[in-house]
Amino acid sequence: MIGSDLIMYEEEFRKIDSELQKLHQQSNAKVVFLVDKNGQLIASAGETQDIDTTSLASLTAGNIAATGGIARLLGEKEFTILFHEGEKDNIHISLIGQRIILVVIFDQRSSLGLVRLRVKKSTESLTRIFDDINKKVEKDKGEGPFEESPFAEISDEDIDSLFR
Amino acid sequence: MSFINYSSREINCKIVYYGPGLCGKTTNLQYIYRRTNPEQKGKLISLATETERTLFFDFLPLALGDIKGFRIRFHLYTVPGQVFYAASRKLILKGVDGVVFVADSQIERMESNMESLDDLQINLAEQGYELEKLPFAIQYNKRDLSNIVPTEEMDRLLNNRNVPCFEGIATSGKGVFETLKSVARLVLFELKKHY
Repeated sequence: MIGSDLIMYEEEFRKIDSELQKLHQQSNAKVVFLVDKNGQLIASAGETQDIDTTSLASLTAGNIAATGGIARLLGEKEFTILFHEGEKDNIHISLIGQRIILVVIFDQRSSLGLVRLRVKKSTESLTRIFDDINKKVEKDKGEGPFEESPFAEISDEDIDSLFR
Repeated sequence: MSFINYSSREINCKIVYYGPGLCGKTTNLQYIYRRTNPEQKGKLISLATETERTLFFDFLPLALGDIKGFRIRFHLYTVPGQVFYAASRKLILKGVDGVVFVADSQIERMESNMESLDDLQINLAEQGYELEKLPFAIQYNKRDLSNIVPTEEMDRLLNNRNVPCFEGIATSGKGVFETLKSVARLVLFELKKHY
């Protein structure tokens, strides 16, 4: 179980970031972000300064989890796209692979059709990037621990310092 | 299932507070929220019913500090304790790194405690986890009440593995941070084993 931790490296993070920037521009969206299914925010692009992205990430993952639960009750594997329409803003949520959630928030400057089209394109690129990350993690596992592991020398004092 | 981000130098871990209905899971989070510096915490989100019973989950993100240049973030979740929210409860356990079991010390709640602990094990197993292998701490809450079971008896009923265990009064904060710290320590040492 610990073996399935999500690990992000500098190189892939840059690729993901630029893919999100591209999606943000091409879909005319307000905000685009990527969350893992456990509610951890991975990356974001656009007007994020007024948004509590941590909470949004956790609630989006909760939303996907609840919808996935409904899907299984109905004998579906998963609902891969969710769409919520508001008075001003709309939110388009889609699953990338089995693990990552792509969220696009947009208003009247864009349209559902455009968002769906661009999300589809980005999904392909993002899937490739996450496949690369998985390969890299597997490779690193085979070759022993990471060189710059932050855990190597972790001590009781380190943990005490967190709770001061 | 932690998220280790070498790019932003962050480590995110998920801790779930589990236990029977009205045992004080949400109260634990509320106390932690009140007693943490504003810059170290995010919003406390409660998806609750009109009568303030947890409907889906409570969520509190904490960024307590750095270890070896990595920012350590804990995402605390509670499950809905009421029996009939079983389906939702299961979902919250996805990707959990550590579990706190909050037990209600009152005599009449012992059976509910044991049921909830069984339920935890079953739900974890469904996700492919074993409680025995997860960082796990227990809190015997509501020690300020009069009709409570002695801790030795609660140990016998709920803690036969002898995991870290704390007496708590979540309303006043007794034992709250001790419990959190204990499970956080176990989570970080578990990560140390693997990376």
